[in-house]
Amino acid sequence: MSLDTPFRSCTDTPVLKERGQREVFCGLTGIIWLHRKMQDAFFLVVGSRTCAHLLQAAAGVMIFAEPRFGTAILEEKDLAGLADANMELDREVARLLSRRPDIKQLFLVGSCPSEVIKIDLARAAERLDGIHAPNVRVLNFSGSGIETTFTEGEDACLASMVPGLPHTEAAELLVVGALPDVVEDQMLSLLAAMGAGPVRTLPARRSTDLPAVGPNTRFILVQPFLGATHAALIKRGATPISAPFPFGAEGSTLWFHAVADALGLDRTHVDAVLAAPRARAQKSVAAVAETLRGKSIFFFPDSQLEIPLARFLARECGMIPVEVGTPYLHRELMAPELALLPEGPVISEGQDVELQLDRARAARADLTVCGLGLANPLEAEGLATKWAIELVFTPVHFYEQAADLAGLFARPLRRHALLTPEAAE
Amino acid sequence: MKLTLWTYEGPPHVGAMRVATAMKGLHYVLHAPQGDTYADLLFTMIERRNHRPPVTYTTFQARDLGADTANLFKDAARDAYTRFQPQAMIVGASCTAELIQDDPGGLAEALNLPIPVIPLDLPSYSRKENFGADETFFQIVKALAKPMARTESVTCNLIGPTALGFRHRDDVTELTRLLGTMGITVNVCAPLDATPADIARLGAAHFNVLMYPETAETAARHLEKALNQPFTRVVPIGTHATRDFLAEVATITGLPLPAETGLRQPWYAASVDSTYLTGKRVFIFGDGTHAIAAARIAAREIGFEVVGLGCYNREQARPVRAAAKTYGLEALITDDYLEVEAEIARLQPELILGTQMERHIAKRLGIPCAVISAPVHVQDFPARYSPQMGFEGANVIFDTWVHPLVMGLEEHLLTMFREDFEFHDAAGPSHHGAKASARPEALVAEVEASGGDISASMNTPEPEPVTGEVIWLADAERELKKIPFFVRGKAKRNTEKFAADKGVTAISIDTLYEAKAHYAR
Repeated sequence: MSLDTPFRSCTDTPVLKERGQREVFCGLTGIIWLHRKMQDAFFLVVGSRTCAHLLQAAAGVMIFAEPRFGTAILEEKDLAGLADANMELDREVARLLSRRPDIKQLFLVGSCPSEVIKIDLARAAERLDGIHAPNVRVLNFSGSGIETTFTEGEDACLASMVPGLPHTEAAELLVVGALPDVVEDQMLSLLAAMGAGPVRTLPARRSTDLPAVGPNTRFILVQPFLGATHAALIKRGATPISAPFPFGAEGSTLWFHAVADALGLDRTHVDAVLAAPRARAQKSVAAVAETLRGKSIFFFPDSQLEIPLARFLARECGMIPVEVGTPYLHRELMAPELALLPEGPVISEGQDVELQLDRARAARADLTVCGLGLANPLEAEGLATKWAIELVFTPVHFYEQAADLAGLFARPLRRHALLTPEAAE
Repeated sequence: MKLTLWTYEGPPHVGAMRVATAMKGLHYVLHAPQGDTYADLLFTMIERRNHRPPVTYTTFQARDLGADTANLFKDAARDAYTRFQPQAMIVGASCTAELIQDDPGGLAEALNLPIPVIPLDLPSYSRKENFGADETFFQIVKALAKPMARTESVTCNLIGPTALGFRHRDDVTELTRLLGTMGITVNVCAPLDATPADIARLGAAHFNVLMYPETAETAARHLEKALNQPFTRVVPIGTHATRDFLAEVATITGLPLPAETGLRQPWYAASVDSTYLTGKRVFIFGDGTHAIAAARIAAREIGFEVVGLGCYNREQARPVRAAAKTYGLEALITDDYLEVEAEIARLQPELILGTQMERHIAKRLGIPCAVISAPVHVQDFPARYSPQMGFEGANVIFDTWVHPLVMGLEEHLLTMFREDFEFHDAAGPSHHGAKASARPEALVAEVEASGGDISASMNTPEPEPVTGEVIWLADAERELKKIPFFVRGKAKRNTEKFAADKGVTAISIDTLYEAKAHYAR
């Protein structure tokens, strides 16, 4: 970018809104990482064989010996009478909890079929909470495909926890969004060094560590898809901190700065704390960026991480976004990101997969980010692809992971170069 | 309502997808909510298909439910026809769409598309994937296959192979070759690689080869009745079954039996190196067809002892029960993998032949395992040619099942030098890639101090379960640990049974050896 052209962002870019066939997961998929994050929670999907099959397929078939999630599969007779369905549910829950006394939080998770036949899981959760309290808290949320897209399942889960969080008058910082433990620990130690304590997280690793919330709580998101949780916390009187999301050296720095400004921390001290990890991230990202610089990239909608990632790849790695698709565009949460994303790409919301495939084929970007159902077919057409789901299942937040994040995009390009005969000559 | 952690079979519309994805020129319009597209990745990732399944999902959302999901379906069907120009279309509902009762069949008919549109009625809350595949293929065959003149030379159809099937691609190649040795050519293979136009000319064949009853038995019975085509009952998996199959084909066609070519399995089983396979206790679980075939091979062609046999698809319960009876067993018919795991833990077999689920159970229990049936994962769609059917299939199966085991001579050496510091039984079979773990030095020292008794200081992750009233005295338990791992389970079980039969409540070293003498063969 030369100095004489002013920076133009995507803030005012019109959004291409589409609807049609969506090649995305439903919100149930979030259970796969949430059940590892919350170590005393069990997620019981009330749904069909399809739900069970989805969880198994998305989890890569049988990763865990006995996972802390399962599906209460509705059968013919459950459809006939809802009273019976409730009795059956009570029985299955009792059996589950007696076999797994380590479970302290049980989430009843709604699915497409349970919502269509209107099984009232909120009431069921209340009833079961009454039966199994105080040993087990029973909550409910919907991960159904008719309500939620992929990462919105985590949003629905966290939002369901907010009303039950204890009240506090304490001035605390709350960081919201599931992170891998190692990343969360890095973040907490930097926040502590900055002087941002006390810091709480939602979700907590164990139900005994649940944060409290109140009028003096300030909270900040680490994941862009937490719109409902954001609204629920505001309803509890907490104050949001607006920031770009902590991807890359720049995103992480702006995120920490937003915290520092909101809490009135001394910027010189904060910058001194951040200097070393920030320099490490810049240096390591720069090395990976050599593979990415000048390459075009096309995002199919998947996790709502697309806009923040496009911003990181454009600004720190020199990539050229052609289209940035997102399943849902939350204007307020995305405002800081859109203000940083250089003008140029099509911003699309929702999906008509056939039309979007036509655009992707016409664009023939150097790298296409898409779901598992599309990746091999597009590779077979000669396009290099990146599985979007890896971006959710890999530690990618904050400084120490910035180069790993860039690496996820560089690897398919390096691989294509290695396997292309001309390139090897 | 039934609590399920993992499932052997998907819902019935996934069975329909297996048929649609196997075929060419057919399109499936599925009334389904957002998220059901996950099923695409089964085909593109697990099977590494380079095309998307030919499926259009209507993708209705909550806000559509009050409004007009029926029009959403009609638009999707019309757009799919325009874009993909299929020769025929199948239409149906996934589990959620079944509840909103939009009648995809009627809606599609109202569109007056200039191609056959075949409605599917797949009850999601009572049936499963294999039923879905079988029913879908039957409906396609019923709609498109009509009586016609037979080919002059003897031809057959191969029916049953689908997408995501266990080695279906290679079984088709092997059977085509095998039937070729009798001078029989394949008229149509379906659903795999068949077009709707191919289905229409099924009737030209003299008979049908029913490769997989799970996915094509209803179609085979229909073709027998409507087109007067006989079909083969023997599934040619294993040497004996392949010979029976050829005899059955010879009876149907009047052609002479061909000379056997390329069969090595019987000699491999007879060669002295295989002696150590004798009487190894195997547990077999899978779809009914593969489980029955595996039991026959295990018992009669390799010389294992079948100690457990079962299937997850209730449709095949009857033949599996009958097969189990011939081995003196009660069949395990269940789709609950926890039940299968409990049974395997109880039986302590030396080898498990199963699906992806049993592979996982085997890993947990530390028992060797080979995969014989769907559902399978990406590693069971190999790049190399590796059929299960025909004579080459018999060769492949011998190699595959023997591979997880410790080799014959190695087994002897382990028995002799079982307390050696590197050549110990926890090191695993020497032909496997994983790094052998040396016995920790501290442990070796302790063992030497305790007179060479490794078991005293071996840290076992789980305490030995106490069966009934019988307990193991410490010295007997140590002696048990000296028995190599690949026979330890059998020794433990036999000793406990012997003790229980004799009314012995505490097992001593003497009990252990008395049991050994009692069971000596």
